[in-house]
Amino acid sequence: MKPVNQKAWLLILPVVLCVAFSAVLPLMTVVNYSVQDIISPERRVFVGTEWFSAVMRDSDLHAALARQLTFSLAVLVVEIPLGIALALSMPAKGWQASLVLVLVAISLLIPWNVVGTIWQIYGRGDIGLLGAALGKLGIDYSYTGYASHAWITVLVMDVWHWTPLVALLCYAGLRAIPDAYYQAARIDGASKLAVFRYIQLPKLRGVLMIAVLLRFMDSFMIYTEPFVLTGGGPGNATTFLSQYLTQKAVGQFDLGPAAAFSLIYFLIILLLCFILYNWMQRVGTQDKETVQ
Amino acid sequence: MSTTVAPTLTLASAPSRARSFVLQKRTVFLIAYLLFAVLPIYWMINMSFKTNNEILSSFSFWPQDFTWANYKTIFTDVSWYSGYINSLIYVAINTVISITVALPAAYAFSRYSFLGDKHVFFWLLTNRMTPPAVFLLPFFQLYSTVGLMDTHIAVALAHLVFNVPLAVWILEGFMSGVPREIDETAYIDGYSFPRFFLTIFLPLIKAGVGVAAFFCFMFSWVELLLARTLTSVDAKPIVATMTRTVSASGMDWAVLAAAGVLTIVPGAIVIWFVRHYIAKGFAMGRV
Repeated sequence: MKPVNQKAWLLILPVVLCVAFSAVLPLMTVVNYSVQDIISPERRVFVGTEWFSAVMRDSDLHAALARQLTFSLAVLVVEIPLGIALALSMPAKGWQASLVLVLVAISLLIPWNVVGTIWQIYGRGDIGLLGAALGKLGIDYSYTGYASHAWITVLVMDVWHWTPLVALLCYAGLRAIPDAYYQAARIDGASKLAVFRYIQLPKLRGVLMIAVLLRFMDSFMIYTEPFVLTGGGPGNATTFLSQYLTQKAVGQFDLGPAAAFSLIYFLIILLLCFILYNWMQRVGTQDKETVQ
Repeated sequence: MSTTVAPTLTLASAPSRARSFVLQKRTVFLIAYLLFAVLPIYWMINMSFKTNNEILSSFSFWPQDFTWANYKTIFTDVSWYSGYINSLIYVAINTVISITVALPAAYAFSRYSFLGDKHVFFWLLTNRMTPPAVFLLPFFQLYSTVGLMDTHIAVALAHLVFNVPLAVWILEGFMSGVPREIDETAYIDGYSFPRFFLTIFLPLIKAGVGVAAFFCFMFSWVELLLARTLTSVDAKPIVATMTRTVSASGMDWAVLAAAGVLTIVPGAIVIWFVRHYIAKGFAMGRV
């Protein structure tokens, strides 16, 4: 057990102040806006929960939320199995391991707007490899023309961008499995599938849960990549929650509804965070138990 | 004799044949994925060495008319290279502040329990996870009011929201790996806390500080929404310069590709040094 020491608060005070200034203060402003009608900086009217009910009834928002949920679920369905498969096929040691690790991870370190730019170029029919290749195959592919193509392109882009994260987490999890487990399985004559099902998968449970939650939450706030690639279009086909909120807040300057929307968005995230936090704590204690 | 040897031989060779077959399947899958991962990036690099004329008129896997002109444009045109300088300035300010405040806090979390420690830790996580779009509106208002709009400080402060929690979590993970006996011995030997922390503890978690700094650098470097909204001219970051060029009428694909390549370079260089810690960093020190 860690010793109790209330003076430790002095050590975390700088962090609390920093984050309070850059997170709590703004959040209070949002709360403040969400219950007022701001006609001009001097004229404000208290409107209670009116904005909240307006946002709840906003059909555009419902559509954006539905799109967001579909997208986030699609992201999980594709990226999690692909990430596990990738982690299993990555070499375990030697220079190949380092090389593959770096090649796999590189897409994670590209600025998000450049990810958009890369796919914007790559997917164009006239100058992009992917667009031209699909054109050669006789597919009339255009991510700016067709809603379904735009949606799939954004999904493929996200898979390209973030599957490495799932793979790296699983890879780290796999490396933590003691060799004795594999030796025991070999003695029992276990098949590859059995080894995966009964040794690797259970041991990956912790990191997989973190990966699922991280991917779900991060894809839930996706903004930059579709903004650069499709600008939310064609129509509203790739307008996800953050994009919609940004349009409302900065584009149309609807302070009240935007603030109410922000708070609802924040509460959804808070709930997901709570689940993630408890999982992270549990993974931490499990690891310590196995070490002892 | 021979009857006992023969079965062992087949037993030994069958799995190895099976394994090499599986290995091949794995390798094919791995190579296919790596192609999928690298081709889009290669295509951009390829384009950055072509002229606009060549990009639009012909289609080739490598530049026929190799040119450095696009990079030259970026390094000589102030509206381009100032974007990199602005980005580097706010990213540097942000990283320094994040690590400085996170170090003592991470120590407190890893060594002591105190009133509300779990709650504060959780609260920090929520800030890492909150969509920047939620903070957009108040930041815009807040920084306009105090006259911080379009300054490097504004972006650096805004990025603290997700970088400080990240740094605390990563550093806490590394610090928990250092045995507590070291602290106790040092205090018995009469070290004061600051002296112990700076001369003994910090060198022990060098790697952790490096990893945390790398991730602060990276997440600040890749963020677009806040950086774009809080700046207009004087502190305009490279990520915003790029999107604004895209929306302009004339598409200068070659220069855009070159600018994109240059934004990848810093990460691509440092990634080699942190390759074993990438998973740990992305999972906030929890793997």
